[in-house]
Amino acid sequence: MKTWEKKILSFSVMVPLAVCVPQTVSAMHIMEGYLPPAFGIGWGALCLPFVVAGIMAIRRLVAEHRKVMLLLAMAGAFIFVISSLKIPSVSGSCSHMTGTGLGAILFGVPVVSVLGVIVLLFQALLLAHGGLTTLGANTFSMAVAGPLLTWGLYQLGKKTRLPKLANVFLSVMLGNLFTYCVTSLQLAIAYPSPEGGMLASVGEFLLVFAPTQLPLAVIEGILTMLVMMGLENYASAELSELRGVKGGVLL
Amino acid sequence: MTRNKKILLASLAAVVILVLSPLFIRKDADFGGSDDAGSTKVEEILGESYEPWFTPVVEQFLGGELPGEVESLFFCLQTGLGVGVVAYGFGYLTARKKYGGSSVEKKEDQA
Repeated sequence: MKTWEKKILSFSVMVPLAVCVPQTVSAMHIMEGYLPPAFGIGWGALCLPFVVAGIMAIRRLVAEHRKVMLLLAMAGAFIFVISSLKIPSVSGSCSHMTGTGLGAILFGVPVVSVLGVIVLLFQALLLAHGGLTTLGANTFSMAVAGPLLTWGLYQLGKKTRLPKLANVFLSVMLGNLFTYCVTSLQLAIAYPSPEGGMLASVGEFLLVFAPTQLPLAVIEGILTMLVMMGLENYASAELSELRGVKGGVLL
Repeated sequence: MTRNKKILLASLAAVVILVLSPLFIRKDADFGGSDDAGSTKVEEILGESYEPWFTPVVEQFLGGELPGEVESLFFCLQTGLGVGVVAYGFGYLTARKKYGGSSVEKKEDQA
């Protein structure tokens, strides 16, 4: 009965969290044309090393570890699926998740940043969602910063012997939340509030969106956990191959 | 396996509840996209209306906004592509475990 009790308790925690959300709205990607050019270029430059390292890592995976190609494709496809699902939030608007946590855990940050750029380009070009001028900033928040935190937390969890599924869930959930924190930081740097300056702006953007995104982060954590469960079950050969290359090829 | 099944069922239930509950909690809301909401927020902070200095490429081509239905088509396309690859992968892996045994994996090593 104890696990049941825990489940009930965790649900009872979720309910007030879901209800007591400020009734404001937030942004997932930064809209096209909403960052001054200098900021767009700056954030893009920050992503560049990750993307370059990622392309090199993928090239090496393709050449030397063809076995994990299927997992790479699946991690990329997972981002496609997850970031295309718009989910209603209690704030009265729709937002979507990032899906980059799975790739970060499997392949490390650089590879994910490449996958993330592909998805963001697709959305910017075809869907007018996000944008080319904000591609750098969006890549940084969704495909570098978030995955970096996820990856770091996951490694930490592994060291402290956290149960694997719980570790996946927690690190992905927090990485997703961190993505939104970075997004609001980016907006705040570009649009400091006239009275309180940049810090007030950060606070404002954070207050607005962090609680709103919490349920989304939980959902992404759960879905990533399920996929990992499936992979553990059916793709143990690929996973152990990945573990073998991790130190050398991937950061 | 049974433990995994329990986790699976509980997780799916939690996801459904999390996704659908806002619809019931906020019956009055229109659930628009968060992009517009973000722009509103920027204008709120600036205290004036903001004109984006660059418009999306699609909108430049079309000379206007992408129609909502077409946008949902592209979103479906994105979902469909992703689900296709993920499902193919899991289908392949499941069938391999069920029918292949270790011989399949050895062949792959040589290839």
